[in-house]
Amino acid sequence: MIGDYDSICGFSALGMDIFPVDDTEQARKKLRELDNDEYGIVYITEPLIENMPDEYERFKIKTVPAVIPIPSTTGSGGFALTTIRNYVKQAVGSDIIFGDGK
Amino acid sequence: MAQMRVNPTRMELTRLKKALQVARKGHKLLKDKRDELMRQFLEIVREAKTLRETVEERLAEANRSFTVANSVMQSEVLTSALMMPKQDVELKIGKKNIMSVNVPKYEISYKTKNKDDIYSYGYAFTSGDLDDAISILYDVLPDQLRLAELEKSIQLIASEIEKTRRRVNALEHVMIPDYVDTIQYITMKLDENERSNLSRLMKVKDMMLEEKRQKDKA
Repeated sequence: MIGDYDSICGFSALGMDIFPVDDTEQARKKLRELDNDEYGIVYITEPLIENMPDEYERFKIKTVPAVIPIPSTTGSGGFALTTIRNYVKQAVGSDIIFGDGK
Repeated sequence: MAQMRVNPTRMELTRLKKALQVARKGHKLLKDKRDELMRQFLEIVREAKTLRETVEERLAEANRSFTVANSVMQSEVLTSALMMPKQDVELKIGKKNIMSVNVPKYEISYKTKNKDDIYSYGYAFTSGDLDDAISILYDVLPDQLRLAELEKSIQLIASEIEKTRRRVNALEHVMIPDYVDTIQYITMKLDENERSNLSRLMKVKDMMLEEKRQKDKA
């Protein structure tokens, strides 16, 4: 888990490793660090991943690890859904799941 | 009309005809692959969408409880309460093959089986909201993993579909027409040669007949 402390500390109780970071730069560094075969899934809070689309792009084609956005304490910005929508567009050529424009 | 630069020979014609056949077969196969990928993809996307919505809702709920817990408890107490997790999760990553795309399959194993065991602290100094938050997080974890699996699959399949679609289009709109045009060109050229050869022969025959007639007259 990468994110601000408040958003992710709960997950530590479940035995997941948490890596609190304060800003995008730290998150970027952490994400690179975790890019080994040790972790299968990296959850990262939405505001952070939103600010580094280039990194996110890099993990797209890799099978491991999966970088998955989760909402932070401030709530969901809809980034993840937008991302899925973009994939649909990429694959199908038009947005047929979400329909009605938005 | 785009044709390849080839020598208009019979050998070339045979070669091209074979290539065209292969291209057509490949085109059909790729098209089937694309359609099947698309079907799987849409299924996964639909599931991912609903799952994503529920997971986000649950996480928001957990976060709300957490914020309340955070405000009634001292942050040091909260930190120390969560510092030593009893629970430990282990993630096993398998692979599933969907139309030659390897998508991950996650399997999780908990160290403690009992759900009541997940609280890593005594209840005396912590707020009940913290319990709520953690319980929700615990419940949502399997869904969260499934979501990770689905979203990764979506990423991988989407790029595979795009690749396949490009290939299908390249075959359909470039390679196959090119082959067809070139084959036609060679056939026409060969026919033309045939005709010119024929007329030459006729001309020669005429000349020979003429010669013979002259000789007979003499």
